[in-house]
Amino acid sequence: MLEASSSLVMYDEEYQRISALIDRLLREANARAIFLVDKDGQLIAATGETEHLDTTSLASLTAGNIAATGGLAKLIGEKEFSILFHEGEKDNIHISIVGGRVILVVIFDQRSSLGLVRLRVKRAGRDLDLILEDLVRKTVVHNDQSAAMNPFAEITDDDIDNLFK
Amino acid sequence: MSFINYASREINCKIVYYGPGLCGKTTNLQFVYNKTADSSKGKMISLATETERTLFFDFLPLALGEIRGFKARFHLYTVPGQVFYDASRKLILKGVDGVVFVADSQQERLDANIESMENLRDNLEEQGLDLDRIPFVIQYNKRDLPGVCSVEELSSLLNPRKVPETEACAASGEGVFETLKVIAKLVLNDLKKTN
Repeated sequence: MLEASSSLVMYDEEYQRISALIDRLLREANARAIFLVDKDGQLIAATGETEHLDTTSLASLTAGNIAATGGLAKLIGEKEFSILFHEGEKDNIHISIVGGRVILVVIFDQRSSLGLVRLRVKRAGRDLDLILEDLVRKTVVHNDQSAAMNPFAEITDDDIDNLFK
Repeated sequence: MSFINYASREINCKIVYYGPGLCGKTTNLQFVYNKTADSSKGKMISLATETERTLFFDFLPLALGEIRGFKARFHLYTVPGQVFYDASRKLILKGVDGVVFVADSQQERLDANIESMENLRDNLEEQGLDLDRIPFVIQYNKRDLPGVCSVEELSSLLNPRKVPETEACAASGEGVFETLKVIAKLVLNDLKKTN
């Protein structure tokens, strides 16, 4: 499981594996769109009909939603609510926590069903968990290596000032 | 915590504006939103009550440009300042990379500032974070109002660690970008050691 306090780092290889996995889930669950979001509100990956959606806001609100329901869970003595489901007139959102830190968001309409989405998400969640574990191992190894691995080790004040010009 | 994405060459950082109720946290974000080019900002989200008091949080995503070949993205959040929303404040601090404390310079809000600062320290501690170690800036807001405390007085009460401090009038925008720049600098500099 990812440590809640560590920075999340995403590498090309794992990104490709995650993208392939959510593409497959999109097809198998007949979903409209799928998002993977960090619990801190950062969007990790997205697939499907995402062009008309504000993906950054979606990520932030999903994380806020999970945080708020997590707070509710603790109040009644639960560790967390690992699955949330929001039903709309046309579109529905299925939200689940994977590997303790990332949030899998599936948006679907009448072409799919809650049962199918739940079934497919369950399997995808297990596969995703394995990729996340690899990612954590890789991050630990990289952190142990020299500071030369850190692309930001050499940041200068000029670099930062340039951002505000 | 920051999110470094080597696949999309992005670095994402989370900055939280903290402070007592009505001190101007949302006003800070609104000014940044209004004065930023469309290409550099996303939609600003405000989860507020009908009377425009922040209920859960405000959120503003900003793309500042490139640094060392990575797109630097900042996610700015505010917390609800009212005392009874403490559970929400704790949630928003999760994964924070830097904090801006917006202090209300008015004499009658001095106690509220101190209480909010103590609350910030406690809530960070619950996340395993130490206010004395994270990137932190204090903004003395509402400097244009009559009868405000002197910066020296505020500083001696709120800033024993002598972190960077700025003076602002968020309603007119004075000092808003200056504050953002200072915290962004501290957060980016912090990346050198944490990764």
